[in-house]
Amino acid sequence: MGYLDGFRVTFGKLFDERVTTEYPKEKRPKPPRLHGRHVLNRYEDGMEKCIGCELCAGVCPARCIYVRGADNPPDDPVSPGERYGFVYEINYLRCIHCDLCVEACPTEAITETKVFEFAFANRMDSIYTREELLVDDDGRPRAQPWELWVEGDDEHTSGWMRATSPSGDADYEGRVGWSPELGYGVRPPEPPQSAAGGRSSPDAAPADEDADRPGDEDRAGDEH
Amino acid sequence: MGDPLFVDGVDWGDAAIVGVKVVIAFALLLVATMLMVWFERKVISDMQNRIGPNVAGPWGILQTFADGVKFFFKEDLRPVNADPLVFRLAPYISAVTAFLAFAIVPVGGVFRDTGAVTGTITIFGKETFAQVADPPAGILFLLAVSSIAVYGVMLAGWSSGSKYPLLGAVRASAQAVSYEAALGLSVVTVVLVAGTLRTNGIVAAQADGITSWGILTTGLIAFVIFLISATAELNRPPFDLVEAEQELVGGFHTEYSAIRFALFYLAEFMNVITMSAIMVTLFFGGPAGPVWFDLTWLWPTVWFMAKVLVFLFTFVWFRATLPRLRYDQLMGLGWKILIPLALGWALVISAVRLRNTYDWNVWLTLAIGVGLLVPATGLVVAAIGAGDRAYSRELADAGSEPSRE
Repeated sequence: MGYLDGFRVTFGKLFDERVTTEYPKEKRPKPPRLHGRHVLNRYEDGMEKCIGCELCAGVCPARCIYVRGADNPPDDPVSPGERYGFVYEINYLRCIHCDLCVEACPTEAITETKVFEFAFANRMDSIYTREELLVDDDGRPRAQPWELWVEGDDEHTSGWMRATSPSGDADYEGRVGWSPELGYGVRPPEPPQSAAGGRSSPDAAPADEDADRPGDEDRAGDEH
Repeated sequence: MGDPLFVDGVDWGDAAIVGVKVVIAFALLLVATMLMVWFERKVISDMQNRIGPNVAGPWGILQTFADGVKFFFKEDLRPVNADPLVFRLAPYISAVTAFLAFAIVPVGGVFRDTGAVTGTITIFGKETFAQVADPPAGILFLLAVSSIAVYGVMLAGWSSGSKYPLLGAVRASAQAVSYEAALGLSVVTVVLVAGTLRTNGIVAAQADGITSWGILTTGLIAFVIFLISATAELNRPPFDLVEAEQELVGGFHTEYSAIRFALFYLAEFMNVITMSAIMVTLFFGGPAGPVWFDLTWLWPTVWFMAKVLVFLFTFVWFRATLPRLRYDQLMGLGWKILIPLALGWALVISAVRLRNTYDWNVWLTLAIGVGLLVPATGLVVAAIGAGDRAYSRELADAGSEPSRE
């Protein structure tokens, strides 16, 4: 039919599957390392991980993090160490979500969620305080009224990741890039990345695979 | 053969019935237009693997309504350079002619090919045609009204005082004039076969089952020509150069906003419905179709709407499938192919009609016909070829000029 073939194609498309995602109602699964807004994590016993060292503030290229550390009150310590961050603010009008703060953090205190849909209506709301950034007692991020969370989104938020090679070690291939988080539940770590073969799917990462790499286990064990 | 309503003189009751018919047609057309906009958006998104409007109402069916309300509340802008009176007048010319054209379409009633008055329905105990008007000029009325609609477009483009609308309007009028000829010539074949200009009579002539439908009695070619010319006449894709976004912004209605733009939009889609209805009337037996359960008032209208829907779908299908023509291709198709073809086909049909009427010798008629048509076709082809050669020579000359300097 030649010329008229196009009509067959368009008619056939009538019965094809739709490619549209009805966005606000349904959301596509987000990539495993998506950089969203931050959370400040806590240990299982409720202690805060942040030790107020200000490394995140120092490394931040946008200068959007403001941290002040203070000595822990001896009778009611906030964090397990000597000091804790008693002021912790991130200005999201400035943050570029580069995740350098996450890399800099020695205690995995600050990580990023996958929430990027937070449209605040005034400048005060743009500055998230420590109370807003801290996870709640379940380890879930506290949803602010202007943030668009969908059901189940907060279960895939915490995870400490290295965007670049750990400790300056360029040979990061095949190593687990982030550790399981002691936040809401314990999840298997992200499958190791590979420059050549592309990323394997996140759910196809059996936990025992990581036992083969003692280095990762050690590091995780040290810090907890 | 006129409307049986007026046979025994006209009283207030008759006038009221006509008024009711007008109101029904008006409302029906408005609702149909609303649904047509939604239908087009929905079908075209289906053909593009999208979902389309789905928020307002079930399946997004109220989307057009929401858009219409929005148009009412938008600011009505008028450019400084625009001609105030004509700028305001133009949308109404388009909208009013779009409404008028539908008046002659029979939308229901049972037709029988008996020579008596048929195709009537009963309103308030009175028999009348299921169409707003049945003028003796019939289908000519449609051509006249659709020609006036070009004024709406032309005046809108000219009065905007802006270059893109003007270019769009020039294209629109040139296109409409070109394709109106082919359209009219393909209507001629239907009129020849039916022997009347009245739409009611044309439908009555097709009441004898599918073999009596216009598409077969006029030999398919007339229908194809009509379909193509109608698409061009409606400025629908692939002939929508009038509002080619990439070249002309919005075409003739670039400077229009708010409810005046809505009127153009309304007229455009209403014309699509009218043209589909005309096609059904001329070539597909109008409301003809089987009647079940003695529901004579219902089935013809249902059949009519079903047939119209097929053509509405076809127009959307065209839009989803075909890329837009270049302007010279558009004009070439109209003048060099469709008009000669329509003219020749009208001659063939009239020759056949004459032979049948006067019972001429088949072979002699055929020989004379072929003997006349072949040289005529040859002349047309030679003329078009000569024109093309002259044009390409001109192009070549123009192209070589800079190198001579």
